[in-house]
Amino acid sequence: MELIASTATPPTRGCKAKGCGTNDDGLAGLPASVREQVQNHPCFSEKAHHHFARMHVAVAPACNIQCHYCNRKYDCSNESRPGVVSEVLTPDQAIRKVKAVAAAIPQMTVLGIAGPGDPLANPERTFETFRRLSEETPDIKLCVSTNGLRLPEFADEIARYNIQHVTITINCLDPEIGARIYPWIFWNHRRIRGVKAAKILIRNQLKGLEMLVERGVLVKVNSVMIPGVNDHHLAEVSRAVKERGAFLHNVMPLIAEAEHGTFYGVTGQRAPSNAELHALQESCSDSMSMMRHCRQCRADAVGMLGEDRGQEFTLDKIASQEIDYPTAMARRQRVQRAILDSLAEATPPLAAKPPPEALIAVASKGGQVVDEHFGHARHFSIYRVSAGRRAFVERRAVALYCSGASDCPEEEERLEGHLGALADCNGVLCSRIGIGPWQQLERAGIEPSSSYALEPIDQALDRFYQDLLEQGKLTTSHPQQATA
Amino acid sequence: MSFSISDRCVNCYACLDLCPSNAISQGVSQFHIDSLRCTECAGHFADPQCASICPVEGALLDGEGQALHPPGSLTGIPPTLRVVAMEGQPAASLLP
Ligand code: SF4
Ligand code: SF4
Ligand code: SF4
Repeated sequence: MELIASTATPPTRGCKAKGCGTNDDGLAGLPASVREQVQNHPCFSEKAHHHFARMHVAVAPACNIQCHYCNRKYDCSNESRPGVVSEVLTPDQAIRKVKAVAAAIPQMTVLGIAGPGDPLANPERTFETFRRLSEETPDIKLCVSTNGLRLPEFADEIARYNIQHVTITINCLDPEIGARIYPWIFWNHRRIRGVKAAKILIRNQLKGLEMLVERGVLVKVNSVMIPGVNDHHLAEVSRAVKERGAFLHNVMPLIAEAEHGTFYGVTGQRAPSNAELHALQESCSDSMSMMRHCRQCRADAVGMLGEDRGQEFTLDKIASQEIDYPTAMARRQRVQRAILDSLAEATPPLAAKPPPEALIAVASKGGQVVDEHFGHARHFSIYRVSAGRRAFVERRAVALYCSGASDCPEEEERLEGHLGALADCNGVLCSRIGIGPWQQLERAGIEPSSSYALEPIDQALDRFYQDLLEQGKLTTSHPQQATA
Repeated sequence: MSFSISDRCVNCYACLDLCPSNAISQGVSQFHIDSLRCTECAGHFADPQCASICPVEGALLDGEGQALHPPGSLTGIPPTLRVVAMEGQPAASLLP
C-alpha cells in the first residue's frame, strides 16, 4: 500500500485528552482560540446548534471529480445528502437571499457554500459570492466545503476573505483505495482515471490542508465510511489529517440507495450500521462528539440544523425585498449576544465526578410527546441524557416491522431492523409495545418503557433516566455508551 | 466538426466554464453547443474540454450523433444495471 505523505509534519496542536476542559460540549479537546471561534457555530457546537442557525447557498453546480456515491443529478453527497437537488443561484441572487435570511433569522451566524457540485470547481461564482459577502455582510461567518482537488491553487484566495473554516472530504490516503472510490478526476484539462487520478487528488487534498493551516484557516476533514472499502483505513486518515493540523475529523455514513442511481447504490454496496459507525467514530477521534449532531444538510438548507426553511426564502419571495443591512446587523448583534450570555450562564460548574450518560431512543409522532407505538415507529429520535441534561443526537430511520394488528407473522424477524437501529441505546421510550419486542429488547440490553406514554419528551427522558440510574442500569459501562 | 448535447444533460455548468470557443450556452431545459462555434477544441487542447469533464454518460454526442461516453464508461456501472441507474427520481419523493 502506498501512502501519500508530504515531508513536513506540523506539530500536533492543542490538548488531545478527552474532556480536559470545563466544557461539556464536546469542544473540550480544542484550543481555546478555536473554541472561541466555533462557539456560535451550529455545526460544531452541540450546544450552539439549538440556538444558532446556518444557511447554504447553491452557487456551485460544476464538479471536477466523480465519487462512486454521487450520481451528479443531485447535491454533492460529500457534504449533502444524495437524492436532493438545490436550485442553482447566481452570486447576485445568493447575496439577496443571504441578506433576506440574515434579517429574518438573526440567529443565522454561518453561511456555507457546499455545492451542489464542488465550490472550487466553480471558482468565479464561489469567490464572487464570498467577496461580496465579506464586504456587505461582514458579521456572517463564511465556510466552504471541497473535494480538495483545486485547494492548493485557491488557498491564498480563501485566506483573503472572511472564511472561517474549510471542510475537505478526504476518504483515504491510499490511492489503491482511492481508485475504488473515485473513477476519475478532471485535472490539467484532461480526464484522468484510476490510481493515477486518486494519487493526484489525495496529494492535493493533503497539500491544500497544510497550506490552509499555515494561513490560519480552520480545517475540518470529512470522511465517508464505506464498509469494505475504506472503513479499516479511516483511523489512519484521522491520525494523518490531525497531524497536519485539521482541528476536527468527522466520519459520515455512506448513503447508497439503489434508487439514487449511484455506482455504490446500484452495485449493492452497503451502508454502515449505526453501531459500526459509532464504533469507528469512537476509535478515530477524541473530539468527534462535536459532530455527532451533523445532519449532512442539503446545499441550500436554511435554518437551525435539522430544519430547512428554504421555502420561506425562494427567489420570488425575496425578489422585492430591500434589506437595510446595517439595521439588521445591529439587531443580529443584540440577539446573538443574548444567546451567548444565556448559554454561558447555563453552563453548570464542573462536578467532581460526572454522572453517567445514557443514550435513549424515543418513539414519537410529532417530536413533542412520547406518543408512538414501538412497532409503528418509522424512526426514533436519539438523545444523550445525563443528570438534568438532554442533548438530541440524531434521528434514525427503521424498517417497519408491524403494519397492523393482523399481519405480524414473523414479528421477531422484522424486529431486527429496530434492534439494529437501537443497538447502542440504553433504553427506548414509546407509548405502547408488544411483549415479544419487549423481551427481545431486554435480551439485547436495551430497556424498553411505556410508563411515560403521552408525556412531553424532555420530562419523560429525565424521569426514565432517573429510573435507569436507580435500577443500577447505568453504572456498568454500556459497550457503545457515548462519552462526553 | 462539432459536438452536441443530448437531453441527458443535468445542467451542471462544468462544460460551459471550460469551452475555449464560447460555444456552450444554457438553454431553457439544458445546455447547448453552437455548432458553428465548436471546434472540438482543435488548436486549444489535446482533449475536447466539455467531453473531458462532463460526468453524464450519453450527454455529449460527437459529430455523428454518437454518444462520446457510452453506458458504463464514466460511472463504471455495468450497462446491465443501468436501467435503474440513471433514471433519477423526482427529488421530493426521495426526501424522508
Ligand atoms: S465531489 Fe461532490 S459533487 Fe463531486 S462527484 Fe463527489 S460527491 Fe459528487
Ligand atoms: S468540444 Fe471544445 S469547442 Fe466544442 S463545445 Fe466542447 S469545449 Fe467547446
Ligand atoms: S458537463 Fe455535461 S451534464 Fe454538465 S452541463 Fe455540460 S453537457 Fe450538461
